[in-house]
Amino acid sequence: MSRRVGVLALQGAFASHRDALDACGVDTILVRHPDDLLGLDGLVIPGGESTTISNLLVSSGLLDPIRAEIDSGLPVFGTCAGMILMASKIVDGRDDQIHFDLLPMSVRRNAYGRQVDSFETDLDVAGFDVPFHAVFIRAPMIVEVDDQVEVLATYGERPVLVRLNNRFASSFHPELTDDIRIHRLFVESLSVPEHVTR
Amino acid sequence: MSSTSSTGSFPVKRGLAEMLKGGVIMDVVTPEQAKIAEDAGACAVMALERVPADIRRDGGVARMSDPDMIDGIQEAVSIPVMAKARIGHFVEAQILQALGVDFVDESEVLTPADEAHHIDKFAFTVPFVCGATNLGEALRRISEGAAMIRSKGEAGTGNVVEAVRHLRSILGDIRRIGTADSAELFDWAKKLQAPLPLIQEVAESGRLPVPIFCAGGLATPADAALAMQLGAEAVFVGSGIFKSDNPAKRARAIVEATTHFENPDILVKVSRDLGAPMTGIGMDEINQKYAERGW
Repeated sequence: MSRRVGVLALQGAFASHRDALDACGVDTILVRHPDDLLGLDGLVIPGGESTTISNLLVSSGLLDPIRAEIDSGLPVFGTCAGMILMASKIVDGRDDQIHFDLLPMSVRRNAYGRQVDSFETDLDVAGFDVPFHAVFIRAPMIVEVDDQVEVLATYGERPVLVRLNNRFASSFHPELTDDIRIHRLFVESLSVPEHVTR
Repeated sequence: MSSTSSTGSFPVKRGLAEMLKGGVIMDVVTPEQAKIAEDAGACAVMALERVPADIRRDGGVARMSDPDMIDGIQEAVSIPVMAKARIGHFVEAQILQALGVDFVDESEVLTPADEAHHIDKFAFTVPFVCGATNLGEALRRISEGAAMIRSKGEAGTGNVVEAVRHLRSILGDIRRIGTADSAELFDWAKKLQAPLPLIQEVAESGRLPVPIFCAGGLATPADAALAMQLGAEAVFVGSGIFKSDNPAKRARAIVEATTHFENPDILVKVSRDLGAPMTGIGMDEINQKYAERGW
């Protein structure tokens, strides 16, 4: 049976994630309403503005249902703003900023600078035989990460792609290139039977 | 880890436009307004000295904003800050880039500085958004390096009719080109006065090479949802928010309407009790159409 992956579609680069997931051969659904969470095998939280997405999580009534799904083991992949939402601690964030506390790490918003400092580069990713071309847009920085989290790629000594079981997060945007290897890693992790227990 | 990285490339510029999709970019003239916009869920703000409705009322030459004013707004919020440069005024754009704004709007709302040439946007690290009234204009701006296209609409009117006309023209021609054969594409390139390779790319992909947003005259949650249902990927709201009775509430409502543009129940909910919108003006009441600026 085909796996079904939701893409949180409140604001941001959700359409590009859907294209990447489609290319991985899974069923995708855009999540804007609590009913859209039914029967999901995984959830992607895209890049966008984390303050905007936080606001819309509350107004859409999605916040508590998503928390409940995540607590019962729903795998999650977050990019950029999505990574901020997965972190256990946000440095310099707004007081009302929502985060799901899915990965024991500290993240600093926009730490790689403004848009004029946004960049693209080739990254060596653990397990890939060819570098991954990564696009960083006003990217958040992982400033501290717990030992149990696996670091799959670094840039300038800082982790930029991390994994804890079937939870993935990246500072950069794998959905902005045609290379679907990182999405495929996430999709392949969905069949891993033991979900994270909290 | 590779040691080479590059800033200001086209994918990096377009990348920020991708991040703004599904969002609302709001015109603000003070740090206080910028905070209200951010709190309401704006995905970016446009920092300017006067909203288009006031530019229209006051007349005179409209120029780039004071750097101090842009600084103040950059300090007030953590979301991206955009600012406007006059059409063809590449030095205003150089100043905005040096200020660290996240996007430059080469905007017909300001008084044009050059009546033949737009800015060479490839010469910059900062990405540009440009207005367009039709597909040819959109592709000419993309050929100059624009990383985002918005409808021009008619700024400062609170009247969505021109934005609808421009969106329908751009997206309708994209659909028509999608059904043209390869010989007909040469004729399309001539008719639209646009580079053939871009016409061929649009025919192949069925979309613009950069995101298409809606701007110019949006004033209500329903206007935003209309733009999104027509095929815009995000919206700009200028005078419509801070010229209304209750800016904070209207801003929040427009943000929700842009996300839930296909959900009538939510559109009903957010359209209630917003206070008066900006009054607005009809197209036959204005003597200068900003949309006619740009070439």
